[in-house]
Amino acid sequence: MLAILDVVSIKYYLILSAFLFTIGVFGVLFRRNAITIFMCVELMLNSVNLLLVAFSTYHHDASGQVFVFFVMAVAAAEVAVGLAILVTIFRNIHSVDIDDLKALKN
Amino acid sequence: MKTLTYTSLLGIFCMLAEILNLRKFIIPIALVALCVIGGLTYCDLNVHFEPFFSDMLRVDNFSTSFSLLLIVIAILLIALSYDFYTAQKDKISDYISIIIFTLCGALALVSFSNMTMFFIGLEVMSISFYILAGTNKREVRSNEAAMKYFLMGSFASGILLMGITLIYGASGSFNLATIAVYASGQNPDITFYIGIILVLVALLFKVSAVPFHFWAPDVYEGSPMLITALMATLGKVASFAAFYKLFAVCFVDAGSHFKLVIAIVVALTILVGNLSAIRQDSFKRMLAFSGVTNAGFMLFAILLPNENGGSALFFYAVAYALSSIAAFAIAIAVSKFSGSEKFDAFKGLAHKHPFSAILLTFAMISIAGIPPFAGFFAKYFILSSAIKGGYFWLAVFAIINSVVAFYYYFKVIIMMFSKPENEDSFSPNFVYITVASIAVLITIIAGFAPGVFFIH
Repeated sequence: MLAILDVVSIKYYLILSAFLFTIGVFGVLFRRNAITIFMCVELMLNSVNLLLVAFSTYHHDASGQVFVFFVMAVAAAEVAVGLAILVTIFRNIHSVDIDDLKALKN
Repeated sequence: MKTLTYTSLLGIFCMLAEILNLRKFIIPIALVALCVIGGLTYCDLNVHFEPFFSDMLRVDNFSTSFSLLLIVIAILLIALSYDFYTAQKDKISDYISIIIFTLCGALALVSFSNMTMFFIGLEVMSISFYILAGTNKREVRSNEAAMKYFLMGSFASGILLMGITLIYGASGSFNLATIAVYASGQNPDITFYIGIILVLVALLFKVSAVPFHFWAPDVYEGSPMLITALMATLGKVASFAAFYKLFAVCFVDAGSHFKLVIAIVVALTILVGNLSAIRQDSFKRMLAFSGVTNAGFMLFAILLPNENGGSALFFYAVAYALSSIAAFAIAIAVSKFSGSEKFDAFKGLAHKHPFSAILLTFAMISIAGIPPFAGFFAKYFILSSAIKGGYFWLAVFAIINSVVAFYYYFKVIIMMFSKPENEDSFSPNFVYITVASIAVLITIIAGFAPGVFFIH
């Protein structure tokens, strides 16, 4: 179990997931297409999953891996709801660009 | 524990009740069942429990008191939905069950003792809110509110998860007690502090504190008004209970490095909420910004973790939630009648239906913080503990701001007591008046006997 962390130390997992997480954050902040934003949120959650598994091995503690399953389940539920909302929006305004959502501006 | 279990079962039952052809009886059944659950929860006060589900949940007086408050809020709002959803009778079982699932998430949020349960509770509550915000499917504003809330909420969840993971990486456990021991030990790792900052950002977002408040007015305005009331009361109270549990109980020593940041956030939240509320001409949007200001006051409790902090927060939550419900109940009745959510819709209400005008006046006076209502004592407890804790400047700033807030709370009162433009008779459904009366009655009781609402 520990052998893999001897070869590639925990530090690199931390850097990799921080990198993936940052890509996700910037995607959410700068993309305008709702589907792309969904994918970026997924990227954020999956970078967290990677880190959780790495820490779980590092601490010899299975609870981190169990937590990953909860994250996956919640992410699936979130995407199901998000896509449903997206479909209702597309029916009303025929666009998935979030800049077209202006009904509530001051 | 049994509160959470029975509430979840009730939610599943409401979802299936449609198959059993019980659509007409869902609301009465849900109300009676929630009253029974509330009674059972009340019996848990002052009883010592061992941790449940291998230390996932802990039931103590803090969690039981907050659970009771959340159940009362849910009962009042489900009672309102009796009339609110008359046009959508065929979907009533979905709506009621999702509202009850929101309550389940909120109950998990007040009684968790493990980060897993915290995350699950927050997500169950948030995902239910995303659905509810968009329930007005054909209305673009409702769609937009759901979309904005969903995007912002899932972004915040991602940040929260990263925070939880970094805390796990440093402390090696999701258990709050273990994390608390690690946090009070010598030299916690730098990743632990980064984790705390990320959790702090996500929670400030969920309670709509400045600078993460920008979603709240839009989402509150676009959602159906009953759902706005649910988000502003149930959602906010549960998030604050979780916030308090994490920052005033678990991270106490490590969290003390962030005192100044939280103090600045408190000042900004109160100020920005107030300044924005003054400029609104929509009652619903004004209540959204008033919720931002009140979030600032509740953040004081996180700033000053002491033995009375939990009680002060709980009392403020009672005062704020029940006054808001009374205000929303009357506002729903008025907007249903006039089709508008602007201040003008309230013009002449005192002549058309004096009792509802009096109830709304009491609710506004209570939120504004004028004695003898609960809102005054709530602000008094929070601010006096702030002065004792050495935040004199912040307390003075908050008092000045709450005087400024009188302006927009009284705007609606003046509107109601001015002369009506037309002579339409206005007769709201009895549920609105009953719910508002119960809510106002509780704020009056809390105002005269604050000790009843303290957590011992």
